[in-house]
Amino acid sequence: MGLTNQSVGVRAASGGQTIRRRSPDERVVALAGNPNVGKSTVFNSLTGAKQHTGNWPGKTVVSAQGYCGGGAHSYLLVDIPGTYSLLAHSAEEEVARNFLCFGQPDAVAVVCDATCLERNLNLVLQTLEITPRVVVCVNLMDEARRKGIRVDLALLSERLGVPVVGTVARKKKSLCTLLDALDAVTGGPAPEPEAVRYPVAVEEAAAMLEPAARRLAGGRLSARWLSLRLLEGDASLTAELARFLGGDFFGDPELNEAIARARACLKRHGVDGDRLRDLLVRSLMNAAETACRGAVVREKKGYAASDRRLDRLLTSRATGYPVMLALLAVIFWLTINGANYPSQLLSRFLFWGQGRLTALFRVLGAPEWLHGLLVLGMYRVLAWVVSVMLPPMAIFFPLFTLLEDAGYLPRVAYNLDRPFARCRACGKQALTMAMGFGCNAAGVIGCRIIDSPRERLLAILTNSLVPCNGRFPTLLTLITLFFVGTAGGALASVWSALLLTAVIVLGVLVTFGATRLLSATLLRGVPSSFTLEMPPYRRPQVGRVIVRSICDRTLFVLGRAAAVAAPAGMILWLMANVSAGGTSILAHCAAFLDPFARLMGLDGVILIAFILGFPANEIVLPIVLMAYLARGSLTAPGSAEEMRALLTANGWSWTTAAGMTLFSLMHWPCSTTLLTIRRETGSWKWTAAAAILPTALGVGACLLFHAAVCLFR
Amino acid sequence: MQQTLSLGDLCPGERGVVTGLLSAGSMRRRLLDIGLIEDTEVECLGRSPFGDPSAYLIRGAVIAIRAADSRNILVRAS
Repeated sequence: MGLTNQSVGVRAASGGQTIRRRSPDERVVALAGNPNVGKSTVFNSLTGAKQHTGNWPGKTVVSAQGYCGGGAHSYLLVDIPGTYSLLAHSAEEEVARNFLCFGQPDAVAVVCDATCLERNLNLVLQTLEITPRVVVCVNLMDEARRKGIRVDLALLSERLGVPVVGTVARKKKSLCTLLDALDAVTGGPAPEPEAVRYPVAVEEAAAMLEPAARRLAGGRLSARWLSLRLLEGDASLTAELARFLGGDFFGDPELNEAIARARACLKRHGVDGDRLRDLLVRSLMNAAETACRGAVVREKKGYAASDRRLDRLLTSRATGYPVMLALLAVIFWLTINGANYPSQLLSRFLFWGQGRLTALFRVLGAPEWLHGLLVLGMYRVLAWVVSVMLPPMAIFFPLFTLLEDAGYLPRVAYNLDRPFARCRACGKQALTMAMGFGCNAAGVIGCRIIDSPRERLLAILTNSLVPCNGRFPTLLTLITLFFVGTAGGALASVWSALLLTAVIVLGVLVTFGATRLLSATLLRGVPSSFTLEMPPYRRPQVGRVIVRSICDRTLFVLGRAAAVAAPAGMILWLMANVSAGGTSILAHCAAFLDPFARLMGLDGVILIAFILGFPANEIVLPIVLMAYLARGSLTAPGSAEEMRALLTANGWSWTTAAGMTLFSLMHWPCSTTLLTIRRETGSWKWTAAAAILPTALGVGACLLFHAAVCLFR
Repeated sequence: MQQTLSLGDLCPGERGVVTGLLSAGSMRRRLLDIGLIEDTEVECLGRSPFGDPSAYLIRGAVIAIRAADSRNILVRAS
């Protein structure tokens, strides 16, 4: 899941999914497929959309929509989450299944991975049971060729009874065949693929159900598919069916009688719940095997040697963790080093712009308060946020995306699964944690990849304990000012990077602790099972990654921050400049919070800054600086030396900075994240828990730290 | 005569052929979905830093499975 408007925007928080056709005759095509087969890349190439892609399973958790034309028709493509099967078990698999079954797409394109086609065909065969209007898109043909795998597309197509096309989704041209095939499948008569045959007992029972199922489905669903699902009696699907086909569906006496007869028939043959499932899956697998025999030829056997070597380096006992930490530190070092100079340049430029704006206001004869509100309030906060955030993000995101593209993140989840299992959680929480680095709201949505509801809640509640992008600049500034020194030099940036890594490691350790605490109290339970697919390593497309991550992620996050910072800047200016009894409102509030904040080793201003920073964490440090400046508006983030002098003059020492670092790491999530949590959990209670848990931890940590400092001083 | 082992008994580099699943419910479904049906060949590729989970090559894909789960997957050495 990437940072797109859809994932963390307001629309994400309101939920819901409607199909937006541009014209009534536009055809809706669902893009289905196993996780991590390049579905999103196909989607992007066809629609020109900017859906985030990454080399790990479960990245697409909300369905994206996009338009494309080119062949004879225009299409509305719906990118649904990747699934192994449609016999759904996790939230995202349910989304996929429900769209294929009840979204009534005009056709389904099942994207498959040419390097493990046999397993992918399982999903193809299941989709064919729902609708015959299917195009099989065998993607990653280039990767397969490199691995010595040959795929006979014509033979596969003949066996499956539907069009099969080979594509290399990164190359747009190769997708023309897919569009042509879609034209054929949606335009002409429906293909008539041969159905997968199940063992006699299942076929017999399904046949008993079919007449009633056909009558009740009324052409909206395949009768055979419906009969098979009714045999299984999956609870979540049953509820969806009742909703789709009308409330009285399960009240139909003929159907109930048929279900009873069919179940009795199964029982006679000694087929119960698990056994039935086994038979269904085995028949599907066997059918996939048969279809592939001779059509998919492996010239080389097994798992690539280079991938094995990389795996040994990245996941072995001796090197797994050190490499992980080193990679993190290197990314931070590059970010800190690279962002330094552009940040200064940008800030100089933007504050030069402020001077021009002021001059303009003077010329126009605007009243002083308007100038204050718009220029000193809004513009300055905006300028601060942009100059502090843009350069580090423009470096951090592409670097992180490169790792993601190469396929490293699932290895991190693999390395961290054991500690998470100890905390009675799921290793995939490591993936959602990594998403949290970008944006906690995206991380919370990403938790859909975790199957068990209990473990998913654990991941959601603890997600904000890893600092998101909005908090990195604050952490970095604090570290640079108070722990590294402002002298600069190459060593200083190494030291900063290491300290930042240490802060992140602390965040991860707290995540473990909080997860363990929750599973012993609110979310009691034992870890459920866990399977995680580790995709082959892919050479990242460097140019594309840089463009994509800057255009999509960086600008998007910046845009959101700016949208929040602008009104916040005005409010701040008002609070700092409207006074009651000789003191500004801001000072009143700070004074009120001061006694409590002192106990935590902070001061009232810092605490009020965190509270006002609720809409976006990016503006916390600017508020602190603004409040300290008697002038009542945000200062230019001039030199580090000046900033440090200002803070020290207001009673700051390294312990204050350490306290603020702790509290920045652990406090309530921002408003967007909380709204997302509310939507994902559907409960205000859990949303409150998600706010209270990190806050309590943060307050506790600060109190303890301050007490310890006092004790040893 | 071949001895029945569990998948967890395979050391890195060893291969086995699935003979049955002992797990039930959603884990059983999950394992079936990833292709662990009878007569499927599986290779143990390695273990994570703490020794658990382990990575297996199953039908061309690398999949990590915890020891607690791989105990329930029966294999015979091949």
